[in-house]
Amino acid sequence: MTTRIRGRAMTNPIPKPPSGGNGRLLPPDAGRDRPLFVVAAILVFLACIAGLGARGAWLQAQRWTTDLETSLTIQVRPAEGRDAEADADRAAALTRAMPGVEQATSRGRDHALALLTPWLGEGNLPDDLPLPLLVDVRTRSGVTIDTAALQAQLDAEGMAARIDDHGRWANAVRRAAGTAQALGLGLLALLAGAAAAVIAFAARASLAARLDVIDALHLCGAEDRFIAGLFQRRFFMLGLKAGVAGAVFAGLVSLLVSLGDAPADMAFFLPQWASDPFEFVLLACAPVLAGLTAAISARLAVASDLRGRW
Amino acid sequence: MDPEPVIRFDNVGMRYGRGPEILRDLSFDLPRGSFQFLTGPSGAGKTSLLRLIYLAAKPSRGLISYFGRDAATLPRNELPDLRRRVGVVFQEFRLLGHMNVFDNVALPLRVAGRKRADYAEDVAELLTWVGLGDKMNALPATLSGGEQQRVAIARAVVGQPEVLIADEPTGNVDPEMGMRLLRLFAELNKLGTTIIIATHDLQLVRMLDAPVMTLSNGHLHIRPPRSERLRMQEAAEAEAEADRIAAAPAAAAPRSSVDPQASDDDTDPGQSDD
Repeated sequence: MTTRIRGRAMTNPIPKPPSGGNGRLLPPDAGRDRPLFVVAAILVFLACIAGLGARGAWLQAQRWTTDLETSLTIQVRPAEGRDAEADADRAAALTRAMPGVEQATSRGRDHALALLTPWLGEGNLPDDLPLPLLVDVRTRSGVTIDTAALQAQLDAEGMAARIDDHGRWANAVRRAAGTAQALGLGLLALLAGAAAAVIAFAARASLAARLDVIDALHLCGAEDRFIAGLFQRRFFMLGLKAGVAGAVFAGLVSLLVSLGDAPADMAFFLPQWASDPFEFVLLACAPVLAGLTAAISARLAVASDLRGRW
Repeated sequence: MDPEPVIRFDNVGMRYGRGPEILRDLSFDLPRGSFQFLTGPSGAGKTSLLRLIYLAAKPSRGLISYFGRDAATLPRNELPDLRRRVGVVFQEFRLLGHMNVFDNVALPLRVAGRKRADYAEDVAELLTWVGLGDKMNALPATLSGGEQQRVAIARAVVGQPEVLIADEPTGNVDPEMGMRLLRLFAELNKLGTTIIIATHDLQLVRMLDAPVMTLSNGHLHIRPPRSERLRMQEAAEAEAEADRIAAAPAAAAPRSSVDPQASDDDTDPGQSDD
């Protein structure tokens, strides 16, 4: 109409239209989205902690299994008519000659006694008590020592020696670490799911509170994607901001945990700041994922509402 | 008459969910450039009929065509374009409270993808024309009912719609403002816009010589404009007169005055029982 009615009944000059940009089509949230922001930030924080924790458990388990896998112990049992100390030295020498062995140290009787002290106390053992002596062997990582050949050599020397490659322990540790890691990942998945559900729920609630705007836009001839786009942008930004807050907080907490001198075995499931790319990737991805989750759920909610209209 | 009405209803029925039919067997045309009132008691289905006309609801049965397009076969992505050709002034205005007057009025242009620089002056001019040139930056909540009404009307007409629907446009304003608004609608109608005004206000209906659509119990009755009714009445009387003259030689014929509109004074359409 405006062009056709130009010039009609105008006594006053036309005032200038308000300057500045377009007003926002969606009303400012006026605090309505703040609880959502807080909940989303907390969920992202927990998810990051779970992720870092799972990572920490994995790193720790790896360290332990590496420790176990690169070491062997040879037990030299005392035998009638044999000098156990000499046998242990001989076993160490034989082992050192094996390919892949870095170091083999025979531990004397004192060492064996020291190992027993916690259980039997000091000085309670007779001097002639026969004790098995130990040979500590360090191998290069990734190399498998031919324990059968070594055992054959030791047997050929006539000593009562037994090789323990810690396989049983390494497997147990690996299993425990695997369980911890699965737990961490499961927790992560659960938290991510909860975050998505909460954000989707909030997006619907926020939508319901703004039905008047959707109504007005819809009847003014706005396309569905135009309306969905408004909410999508709003919720992406909300998810992103909440995600940044949660991730930064999680990063700080894991940094504090690493700076504090928690003993290594206690830190098994604590988020550790290892300063490797994984942490940065996780903490950088979390806000983006939170934003995307929020945007997608908002979009789906709006789309289903609009489909319910005509 | 225009061969293609802007909107055509053919045996249209409508119900919400599994409820009873709110509207039954509506068949009518809205000719291009026409002006009509829609009236009827509350609960008769006026709002539902208007919703059908402004493409906010789908009929449960029957055919509606908008601008020659059959509603049943319209793909969803073509609906926004048709909606832009229909302007609506809602009874409760439905202005967006967080946007100022200027942005509210500019909304249809904005959703149509037009740039602010293109329409800013037009919107300012329109607002000046409806007497709100100095309130462009005001929020709707700070305006009086009449001012909000005018903002709603400006928003409805800013996109130069081909059809303008106003639901009780005088319900919230004093009689004088009601008159001014009616004149505004008549003005727009002269410029070619098809207009439907839903109202309870019979005073308003009597002021214009326009057809009156009356909804009652879901059925629609259309009463032609007064001038046409007079013409029909005169034609009927002339015919009766001719018959009488023709029958005069037979002398004894009683005076037959079969007048189809005999009792038709401007009765309250709200009490019509058809």
